[in-house]
Amino acid sequence: MREGWEPLKITVNGVQHALSVEPRALLSEYLREELGLTGTHVGCDTSQCGACTVLLDGKAVKSCTVLAVQAEGSEVTTVEGIGSVDDLHAVQAAFWDRHGLQCGFCTPGVMMAAIGLLQERPHPTEEEIRAGLDGVICRCTGYQNIVRAVQDAAGRLAAEQDRAVGD
Amino acid sequence: MTAVGESVRRKEAENKVSGAAKYNDDFTVPGMLYATLRTSTKAHATLRFVDKRKALQMPGVRAVLLGEDAKVLCGEVLADRPPLAKGRVRYSGEPIALVVADSEAQAMAAAAAIDIAYDPLPVVNSPLEAAKPGAPVIHPELGSYTKEQSPIYPQAGTNICDSAHIRKGDMARGWQEAEVVVEGDFTLPQIDHAAMETRSARVEILPDGRVQVFSSTQAPFEVQKLLSKYFAVPQGQVVVSTPLVGGAFGGKTSVNLEVLAYMASKAVGGRLVRLANTREQDIATSPVGVGMQARMKLGATRDGRLAAAEMAYWLDTGAYTDSTPRVARAIAANCTGPYRVPNVHCDVNVVYTNHVFTTAYRGFGHINLTFTVERIMEKLAHALGVDPLELRKRNVLEPGDTTPTTVRLTRSNLGDTAKCLERTAELIGWTPGSHAERIGPHTVRAHGIAAFWKTSSSPPDAISGALITMNKDGTMNLATGTVEFGAGTKTTAAQILAERMGMDVDQIHIHSDVNTKVDPEHWKTVASMSTYMSGRAVLEAAEDVIRQLKSVAATVLRCPPADLEVGGGRVYLRDDPQQYVAFKDIAHGYKYQEGDSIGGQVMGRGSFIMRHLTLLDQKTGQGRPGPAWTVGATAVEVDLDTRDFTYRIRRAATVMDAGKVINPRTARGVVMGGMNMGLGYGSRESMLYSDQGEVLNGQLRLYKLMRYGEQPEYLVDFVETPQVDSPYGARPIGEHGNLAAPAALANALSVAAGVPIDELPATPEHIWRATKGVHR
Repeated sequence: MREGWEPLKITVNGVQHALSVEPRALLSEYLREELGLTGTHVGCDTSQCGACTVLLDGKAVKSCTVLAVQAEGSEVTTVEGIGSVDDLHAVQAAFWDRHGLQCGFCTPGVMMAAIGLLQERPHPTEEEIRAGLDGVICRCTGYQNIVRAVQDAAGRLAAEQDRAVGD
Repeated sequence: MTAVGESVRRKEAENKVSGAAKYNDDFTVPGMLYATLRTSTKAHATLRFVDKRKALQMPGVRAVLLGEDAKVLCGEVLADRPPLAKGRVRYSGEPIALVVADSEAQAMAAAAAIDIAYDPLPVVNSPLEAAKPGAPVIHPELGSYTKEQSPIYPQAGTNICDSAHIRKGDMARGWQEAEVVVEGDFTLPQIDHAAMETRSARVEILPDGRVQVFSSTQAPFEVQKLLSKYFAVPQGQVVVSTPLVGGAFGGKTSVNLEVLAYMASKAVGGRLVRLANTREQDIATSPVGVGMQARMKLGATRDGRLAAAEMAYWLDTGAYTDSTPRVARAIAANCTGPYRVPNVHCDVNVVYTNHVFTTAYRGFGHINLTFTVERIMEKLAHALGVDPLELRKRNVLEPGDTTPTTVRLTRSNLGDTAKCLERTAELIGWTPGSHAERIGPHTVRAHGIAAFWKTSSSPPDAISGALITMNKDGTMNLATGTVEFGAGTKTTAAQILAERMGMDVDQIHIHSDVNTKVDPEHWKTVASMSTYMSGRAVLEAAEDVIRQLKSVAATVLRCPPADLEVGGGRVYLRDDPQQYVAFKDIAHGYKYQEGDSIGGQVMGRGSFIMRHLTLLDQKTGQGRPGPAWTVGATAVEVDLDTRDFTYRIRRAATVMDAGKVINPRTARGVVMGGMNMGLGYGSRESMLYSDQGEVLNGQLRLYKLMRYGEQPEYLVDFVETPQVDSPYGARPIGEHGNLAAPAALANALSVAAGVPIDELPATPEHIWRATKGVHR
């Protein structure tokens, strides 16, 4: 282990990692540079834009404001871990279908924030979606299509659950 | 129709939602070095010394470059910008030193260790101040700079680095006819593009001399040409790659990080070096959008016919010109807005200040001219006692009229402004007279409307190309040089090709990145011109492919090529579609039963250059600035709290003449996004400077953007008057949601607050000042 670096055990997208990190390394840096998970984007470093949002033990957090060592023993889910091209997560499918994105740079963070929101409120009103996504910024869309995408995703998730119950 | 007019999903969206999409800074290569900038803390000062000795001793440091290490002066129009400040700094945030190290942290530590001594100079903080005689001169060398691209008319010994003019009609007669005259002063601040992806560049210089550039640019071909010119590298040896770009809005047209990354790589033996902006640098070091002070006088007859207009603009280009001289000409060319004014006198001055330098911003000056014109139209409506909507409709330009630069308008090149105004008014629920309605004890509701027009203002020789190669299975690969930064340019190109071929859009394979070595040039992905320029090239390439397919099919089907049609992946006899040959059987040549073959791989080329455009005459402004206009209108509904002047933008409607909507969902999305940016500018966004010219809000915590929940309900619709020379009649729409939103908001707030709002952003504090007559 390099001098001054700290050991870190962490589970990312279901895979356990045991690497050492610089104590100053941010979770976003660790995910992007050490694990090559570049779907998590960094747009500001000041916890404003939310492009770096991931799930940390199930909660949506901004990974640019968490030190990697703070995630010791935690489970992290990034955009790469929520679905695959063959089996998109309902939120991914809805953003794709509903044109809930343009340049796509904020999209991973917005989707992770949306997943966090839908876990807490499976049937959010438009006002709740607007409030729930307050921590992320999108410069391209004007937000309306994103709100529609989240509403659509909520519907898809409910349908999935109905199907699961039906089985 | 099979593809055009359908809301097909974006080609690259699947990768974007899965996190697999790669942006420029998503590529890390082992052994890559990191560069960082040390920037000025003073807005105007001479550099007494810059001492790099301590920095060079720091761990991991490979090189430290200063102003004297850079021989070139940069600038698209006027070469006035040193890549690193030399002797003098002209804005706070200006790069002074470039440090290359093994890690970013090491580079940053060393940059902080550079010792800099400033001797402050007087700071010029506004364009009007800068234009005054006796103002401190920011570029004493102005007379000696190389003009890179005409026209540019610097006035040596002053801060006025360029000016553009319109002289149309007879002003004396115009003022004589004018029975009612209104005047006003208008101010807009500089604005940051704030694309969510900050700018970055990587450069590697290979032993054979090839310069590999990786950049988040809107203009990879411009990067190629300028690096070739600045550093005397043959153009073909400069290869620029641009992956998906995370938002651009004009801010990524300017070539600067690429120049610095090249210098950094050169200093370390050609090794791969990465230079990426922090958000703070993206706001305060890289260029922003232009600010302005303007004065306008408008005269009309008593029955509301416009007779004469005189306007003067002082554009805050900041410390360097970049593309702002071209913005000045765009403003001049369209200075009347979409209205018929027979007599026009317009001066647009480009003025240096000690602010961050500026480049293209979504709308290319049209937010500025629209704000000015639409605010004064409102004053005129008030003075005449006419409904503002009615006044606009009465004066819209029609086919047969001429523009300020005397281009004759046709239905094809203009579209239908009146229809857009009517539909916008309908969507917002316009009531004639435009009065504030009291809807609560402390709340008033008001509407504002504003119309816009815009043409491309691109160089007369701007080019675009398309290459098609066919796969064995009959599908097509399409290569274009447009950058995909969110507007859907690649998907649009694929839709245009699919439509012409009668194929499913899934059968068109288009790559979302650009590489100058293999992709045909597209001038720059700007001015909302991709559909027109790239689309024309795609259609020409499609014709080339069709000709080749028919030629081989004619032999196979034993008929003249003229009897054949293409569609559904087949070439078939027009009179008997059952007789056909499939694309897949001729895409790579046709093989007879005996094995002998004819044809070869089908590959098509399309090449487009702008037609009939001319530079504007420097004295009169006569000339043709673009192939056609997009017209439209935006209306806003606000609820204003009369106690503290906070307000909520409830609804916003935009209707524009899109000619033909290629992809309805993408189009609505792009227009809503534009409106959101425009309302952000109108309500909160601004580059803020201290008395000493220091940027006060150089991070997203302080630079306010529209956030979730603050957006109004967006209502978007289109009128479709075909632009005959454009693919399927489509007009540019990418910037246009942005253009009139600030003006419409200011008009609504002026009605609601009962005072003219002639300066943006209209923060509650600003409205309060306006109502109390308190000046800063």
